[in-house]
Amino acid sequence: MSSHRRDLAFAALTLALFIAVTIAFPGFAAPRNLAGLLDDTAILILLALGQMLVILVRGIDLSIAANLALCGMIAAVLDRTWPGMGVGPVLALTLASGALLGAFNGLLVWKLRLPPIVVTLGTMSIYRGAIYLLSKGAWVNENEMSRGFLAFPRSEFLGLTLLSWLALAVAAVFVFGLRRSRLARDLYAAGGNPDAANYSGIDAGRMQFIAYTICGALAGLCGYLWVARFAVAYTDIALGFELSVIAACLIGGVAIAGGVGSAVGVVLGCLFIGIIRSSLPLVGISAFWQMFINGVVILVAVLLSARQREVKRTILEVRT
Amino acid sequence: MTLTGIRKSFGGVRALESANLDLPRGAVTALIGENGAGKSTLVKILSGVYQPDAGEIRIDGNAVRIGDPQASRAMGIGVVHQECLAFDNLSVAENLFVNCQPARRGLVNLSAMRAQATAVLRDLDADFDADMPAGRLSIAQKHVMQIARALAHESRVLIFDEPTASLSQRECAELFRIVHKLRDAGCALLFISHKFEEIFELADRYAVFRDGVSVSAGKVNEVTGDELIRLMVGRPVEQLFPKIETTPGPERLRVDRLSRAGEFEDISFALRSGEILGIYGLVGAGRTELAQVLFGINEADSGKVTMDGDIALVPEDRQTQGSILPFSVAANIALPNLAALAPHGWCRSRDEAQLARQWIDRLAIKAQGPAQPVQNLSGGNQQKVVIAKWLARRPRLLILDEPTKGIDVGAKAAVHAVTSEFARDGGGVLMISSDLPEILGMSDRVLVMRRGRLRGEFTREQATSEKLLRAASHA
Amino acid sequence: MKPANLLRWESMLAVVLVFEFILFSALSPYFLSVDTLSDATFNFTERAIVALPLAMLIIAGEIDISVAAIIALASVAMGLASANGLDTAGIATVGLGTGFLAGCINGALVTIGRVPSIVATIGTMTLFRGAAYAVLGDRVLKDYPETFAVFGQGYLLGPISIELALFAVFAISFGVFLHRTRWGRTIFAIGANPVASRFAGVAVNRYRFALFALTGLFSGLAAVLLTSRLGSTRPSIAQGWELEIISMVILGGVSVWGGKGSIPGVVLAAVVFGLVTFGLGLMNIPGIVMSIFTGTLLILVVAVPALVNRSRENRR
Repeated sequence: MSSHRRDLAFAALTLALFIAVTIAFPGFAAPRNLAGLLDDTAILILLALGQMLVILVRGIDLSIAANLALCGMIAAVLDRTWPGMGVGPVLALTLASGALLGAFNGLLVWKLRLPPIVVTLGTMSIYRGAIYLLSKGAWVNENEMSRGFLAFPRSEFLGLTLLSWLALAVAAVFVFGLRRSRLARDLYAAGGNPDAANYSGIDAGRMQFIAYTICGALAGLCGYLWVARFAVAYTDIALGFELSVIAACLIGGVAIAGGVGSAVGVVLGCLFIGIIRSSLPLVGISAFWQMFINGVVILVAVLLSARQREVKRTILEVRT
Repeated sequence: MTLTGIRKSFGGVRALESANLDLPRGAVTALIGENGAGKSTLVKILSGVYQPDAGEIRIDGNAVRIGDPQASRAMGIGVVHQECLAFDNLSVAENLFVNCQPARRGLVNLSAMRAQATAVLRDLDADFDADMPAGRLSIAQKHVMQIARALAHESRVLIFDEPTASLSQRECAELFRIVHKLRDAGCALLFISHKFEEIFELADRYAVFRDGVSVSAGKVNEVTGDELIRLMVGRPVEQLFPKIETTPGPERLRVDRLSRAGEFEDISFALRSGEILGIYGLVGAGRTELAQVLFGINEADSGKVTMDGDIALVPEDRQTQGSILPFSVAANIALPNLAALAPHGWCRSRDEAQLARQWIDRLAIKAQGPAQPVQNLSGGNQQKVVIAKWLARRPRLLILDEPTKGIDVGAKAAVHAVTSEFARDGGGVLMISSDLPEILGMSDRVLVMRRGRLRGEFTREQATSEKLLRAASHA
Repeated sequence: MKPANLLRWESMLAVVLVFEFILFSALSPYFLSVDTLSDATFNFTERAIVALPLAMLIIAGEIDISVAAIIALASVAMGLASANGLDTAGIATVGLGTGFLAGCINGALVTIGRVPSIVATIGTMTLFRGAAYAVLGDRVLKDYPETFAVFGQGYLLGPISIELALFAVFAISFGVFLHRTRWGRTIFAIGANPVASRFAGVAVNRYRFALFALTGLFSGLAAVLLTSRLGSTRPSIAQGWELEIISMVILGGVSVWGGKGSIPGVVLAAVVFGLVTFGLGLMNIPGIVMSIFTGTLLILVVAVPALVNRSRENRR
């Protein structure tokens, strides 16, 4: 199945889920509720797009949520120390610090050829620990954050929050860029066949480095967005969120073997998970089930893609 | 293009000592040499993957430095690699233009890319189009794609690294047609091959490498096959097919209407002790798949197999299937014999080393000793280790899948001698090979497979190249 | 499988261990007492008991990052069993059984489902931990029978706890199994080249399945010990342990690429690791900071040999 057809099929499935929930709870499709759904899913979309690049080049980033939390704390501490500095510098600094943390992962994977799972499992706990060192274990609360800092992701434009617009904009850049930019085509090539990529003058390791750096930058940006949106920063924010991100990528059709995946699929994957998450309270299931459902989603996705990978047997001529 | 005094070593190992090569325009130069003669290293230097330690490369008289693959491409050097370097996840058009897409300000111009790809494919009369995902192409089509890739970059020097190793007769003919077309268009072509028939059919000039040194070069029509072999090996070769005549004994293997969906169908034959049964066919005819079912790697969907005694399989790819490269000779030989070496589960290294030493002597494996890692052995000796580990089990049935593919002439003769002895001592051999001289020289009987079915059976007396070829290709 | 290199790695660990002893006894006058040392062993025994089978799994070229989640799931299962009135033996059986079943699920996903073990166990990690949260929410189970405490709090002989004794017995059995039997040899072969092993007649998937099941079973055992020691179950029990257990294995010289490693190395690494944790605890350093240490250690242990190789390559 080509990735285009898979996206269509998965879009139909997501739509069916949406319709089913709407039939049971007509209020679900209200514009207000949909805007809320998008707002709730925006950060997941941003992170999953970053994670997708990493998986495309045969990596995985388990440290993505810890990166988010650390950059969120950096943003919160900055804002507390210099409340008047405005949103611009905060955005720039979180992007930069996130990119740096991602680049550290990428550097280890590229230059030392270390297995991504081991590297990011390690940095995941290093980054978490660093939050504690930075905050000395304390929380940064709403009353310590400046108004501009808090308002940015929540301000509305044409009925959607700025956070939602940001996610849509980044998604659009990904949809267009993955198809048309040379960098993205190099990423696909390096993920599809690293040896052949090296023969074509593409340094597959450098591509991994770039993917981790972009992924880190997005995670850093989301750190600020998360902290401002929920108006609190502490060591354990977004704990385990990397699993939701990975689930969204895998159900969205990103192949763990590398080289295959589309931005449209990933966004659909995020919406799929978002719809499930927001309909849980409607059907009376506690939020504690969310993680379990993520697990089911991951396993179903990887089992399905393993089925697809089965070797084609095509020696016998087809009888007509 | 000329190369003079190219030298390259890895660690302490000299891969190229002093290599000279002359590639004139409008001519096909055949590069021949045993495995380990330095051919692959030379290809990698020309494609910019390795840097030579010393020596000079000149194109049109100007000395050049090929710093990386992109530089190589920019100088008009195109390589058709032995192992197909294709991006299965990308379309054919994207494969042709990986890392050099027609682009403006970093954005790929998709329609220009498609148009250029289509034009090149049309020039080559390719039977696939630019939008096809490369993952759906056959191996031969992927080779054509690599040639198209070289042409798309207007390469003036084209290097073919054993391109025919996995092509059928018809696909080879198609490839040769393209090669001649390119030659007539004024390209300089380098053709690396193990097959002499090909060299005489295709090449205008030859160059022989031995142990990293160029030992001879000249015009193909001024040399004979025997001379080339002598130049390659540096000594005359003993009998290549030391076939021992045997009288077939009791039946060892009976295969009855065996089928596996999508791979092969309705296969029936019998194999007797003392017999070498050749299975000829083109690559992709379903022979390897049949062998893997007989050995038990995969299961058949229907049909019956009866065998008398233990079965062994020397698989097609000795490096990934046949042996564990970083492990020692002793550990490799011990692996299928662990149950015999350690009947109660307890292993003793001494027993393993002793078993290995015994087989190193018996098959004249060139190794420092049982502890040497298999990856440090030459291809032929690696293959001997694979054979040894199975013969040590004393099987009654031996399946050999392309037993001499890519190994040098000396090792080839040794493998054939072992095979003959095994049959003489009462074993039954099933020998899968795409090498016609080998099939004709070794087999008592030949079965021919095509597209998953048996298409003919010939006795040793009946079998000729023409008959086998006709049965194996579409008659 | 170069014995000389392994030996060097293990003697390096031994040197680190001696250094730790000297450092901690200099820092704390109470360190070199039998009671303190006996207490210190609790810092690694439970994790190390999982590290043993996990080492074999990693040597065989696979990985299981769901081990901590299995511990949580097994602990929840035991809590429920206890709430339903099972006795101590029954509770322990439930814990072991849950771990074993969870391991079988991992094994089935990898062998029958043909899912790479990294993603398969990321999935089951989420699933098992998620199941623990789903069942328990924010509740705590702590109605365990008094006799249940024996596993995690009991002593076999003087200062030797039952946990330590179990670890010692398993360390020796695993070491003998891996290094002295043909099944152990086969595990190394599978890790070095699974395809060639299959072509050598090895039932590779059967080994893989068994190793996953074994790792699950021992995670269940760790759950019994941990739950018994703490006397309570929360869904967040053993959070982050997968990192520490994998770190122990890698620190023990097991190659993340499979095919290389030794049980003595893992045992030494477990003790080194446990003592560091204990020492940092003595200095009142909080757990989250220790995770920085663990993460750094894990990366350093894989990075340093890679760096050495790189510089060696460059010198050529």
